[in-house]
Amino acid sequence: MEKKLSKQHTTQEKVIGFLYKYGALGLLAIIILYFSSISSAFFSYGNFTDILRSISIVTLLALGVTFTLVVDGFDLSVGSTMSLSTVFTASLMVWYDLPLWLVLLLPLVIGVLVGLFNSFLIVIVGIPDLLATLSMMYIVAGLHRTYTEGYSIYNYMPLTSGGTAPGEMSSAFLWIGQGYLFGLPVPVWIMLAIVSVAYVILQHTRWGRVFYMTGGNPEAATLSGVNVKKVKTIAYVVSGALASMAGILFTARVGSGQIDAGAPLLMEAVAAVFVGYAVLGAGKPNVLGTFFGAAVIGILLNGLTIQNLPYYAFDIIKGGVLVAALAVTYVYAKRRFAKT
Amino acid sequence: MGGQLLEMQAIMKSFGPVKALDGAAFSLESGEIHALLGVNGAGKSTLIKVLSGVYPQDAGTIRLNDAELALNSPKAAKKNGIYCVYQEVDTALITDLSVAENILLDSFAAAGPLFVSKRNIHVRAREALSRLQSDHIDVEQKVAQLSLADKQLVLIARALVHSAKVIIFDEPTAPLSVHEADKLFSVIRALSSQGVGCIFISHRLPEVFELCSRITVMRDGRHVAEFDTAQAEQQQVVEAMLGRALSRELQHVEAVQDTLLKVEGLSDGRKLKEISFTAASGEVVAIVGLVGAGKTELAKALFGAAETIRGNVSLGGQSLRLKHPADAIKSGIALIPEERRKEGLFVHESIETNASFPNLRKFSGRLFMKKAEEQQFAQSIIEKLKVKTSDTKAPLTHLSGGNQQKVAIGKWMSLDSRLYLFDEPTKGVDIGAKVDIFHLIRELAESGKSCLYFTSEIQEALGISDRILVMCDGRIVKELTREQATQERILLYASGGEEAVQTAHDTRKSHRISV
Repeated sequence: MEKKLSKQHTTQEKVIGFLYKYGALGLLAIIILYFSSISSAFFSYGNFTDILRSISIVTLLALGVTFTLVVDGFDLSVGSTMSLSTVFTASLMVWYDLPLWLVLLLPLVIGVLVGLFNSFLIVIVGIPDLLATLSMMYIVAGLHRTYTEGYSIYNYMPLTSGGTAPGEMSSAFLWIGQGYLFGLPVPVWIMLAIVSVAYVILQHTRWGRVFYMTGGNPEAATLSGVNVKKVKTIAYVVSGALASMAGILFTARVGSGQIDAGAPLLMEAVAAVFVGYAVLGAGKPNVLGTFFGAAVIGILLNGLTIQNLPYYAFDIIKGGVLVAALAVTYVYAKRRFAKT
Repeated sequence: MGGQLLEMQAIMKSFGPVKALDGAAFSLESGEIHALLGVNGAGKSTLIKVLSGVYPQDAGTIRLNDAELALNSPKAAKKNGIYCVYQEVDTALITDLSVAENILLDSFAAAGPLFVSKRNIHVRAREALSRLQSDHIDVEQKVAQLSLADKQLVLIARALVHSAKVIIFDEPTAPLSVHEADKLFSVIRALSSQGVGCIFISHRLPEVFELCSRITVMRDGRHVAEFDTAQAEQQQVVEAMLGRALSRELQHVEAVQDTLLKVEGLSDGRKLKEISFTAASGEVVAIVGLVGAGKTELAKALFGAAETIRGNVSLGGQSLRLKHPADAIKSGIALIPEERRKEGLFVHESIETNASFPNLRKFSGRLFMKKAEEQQFAQSIIEKLKVKTSDTKAPLTHLSGGNQQKVAIGKWMSLDSRLYLFDEPTKGVDIGAKVDIFHLIRELAESGKSCLYFTSEIQEALGISDRILVMCDGRIVKELTREQATQERILLYASGGEEAVQTAHDTRKSHRISV
């Protein structure tokens, strides 16, 4: 009797382990098969490049969140930082008519500053990461609305001070968001490049090791000679910089500085990272998993759009995916820790 | 003294295969102050937890006033008038509530009237405090504002409002100043004169002799001796605590060379006070002290992990600036911390990842990790330190405590460290791995490294070291050579005692303690 029980137990364990490792991949296959079977438009080269382009911005945000989660932090301010960067980028061109290189550089500086301030609150002041970045999320969101006085920014817009804005978005800038290179949209190339760099850094370099160990056990990392404060600061700075890149990309994609552009993407980015925990049983934040998570969500939303699901119902899907990913991660973690 | 109050007989308690209590016994008369002594791990805490209802005993009887008790919960113990004043007072107090509310906390927690009369609880709280001669405590102020000593009094008062018959004091004086301790003693004496039986646990022998009328000594979970304090010598008590001596099994090769480490006037503003000592290359120096003596603080301070330190530390003639562990590692210091799972290792990572971490640059090119070299190094640690595993990629959670500790030591081997700090390296380690670790430390010393061995296990210190420094209360109180050191002398100094001048014809009786 007892033997039978334990055998049952191990098979159950094996099934759970298998699901944990390959469940996410299997789910993606099922989603693709399902949408392909009911819509001929879904499984086409054109649609897949569309999907990749649509996830490129979220992927950048999600990578930032990944970096902060790797050092056992969290960054809720990425959405707002992206919003700020979006309107700031647009304003540099439309209001101030600055050259392209400054238009690309200055928003990054803003992102780095937000990251530095986040890490100041978390590392120096000692506010828990979730609360600190939640506060920053509101501060930055307020800043970006104040900056534009609540208006979106577009070419030759009328200014509140009278007259019209002097500048417009240059075609070179718009190419970043709308152009094609070797048959793929430019944002997809940018995303792939940054995903590769982040992957190599976190998985194959000394720095990546230091990041993961800092998150895994900060005390042991300190006693092994790691300056934990510095590492955490770098993670938040990377997160801020990636969020502002996402903002630049968004401006170039849409051709105007939309207000509150990043707010709805925060949730999607966080969901992508946690879906990524489950990819191939990593059990921790990882770059490829994050990319995969963003792809799953992108494919799901694309398929549902083809199915005419109204856009206002999308948050239900996104929230559902996040809950499912978290449930898998934590149920598995609980089992793993219970054993040791 | 009144009649027999409490009688514990043949108490057994096992945790898995470990016998924590193996026929423990204890008796207490009403109005008596009775000390319970034993070295770390002798079973004192377990016995106290059995008595206060935290653990039910596997076998044996507890009788209070000749009635047998079944204490299967802390609540049952309190109901029978058995209260415990723990060393960590903050865990038992709610610091945001007032003194009066804390004193009467248990009567709120139990079922009772829904509405609480403030006036009533203030009166009852004042009454309890005045029985402790502690009217100076304002019952309306928050506990958070009290000193540690006053917090203890609040806990004792809590026991009193429920007409406690037995109060257990678990190392109450460890965090107190001399003056505060004296005040506590007079409170305990007052309690005993009111007929309350007091059980007193302490590592400090002088105060035990000052306060208690009887002493029960435990060792290995057993009751080994009982003394009448008036007729006992401190020497006898210490011998009873230690039992037979462990023979020195390790070979000592005299390889001591030049002074490597020199510490002068090291203080951290909290625990450590004016610590000065030296250690030579090729030497193992044991730093022995009881729990709370400041050993871990000293190890961390030498490793640059303390907040602020004053004083001078030099290694090989060079003065060190120890702001961060990175500085210490760079100057050639390695630390094997006491809490290995929390501070020394990444237990969910593999041996490879753990082993290469302190010296990542060695295992990477300009930037990229060289995973083959990591694996090779992990393999070499497994062979050299006899780690029982073959898989360098399996997470450490699969390894036993002893094997984990070997990895925690081995991870420093890729650096050319000159000074090794071992903080309680045998804690939670089985005997086989222990011997391996001892040999490893001796080997390190023979190859010219300097090793500091921080421990509260006196026998280990005697076995492994060339020289012994005894710590007590954040100070180094005595230095003993291998030849001078005996368990008795070390324990005497570690407990805050002092030797009188030895007479030539009878050294045994010379161990006197001046209080």
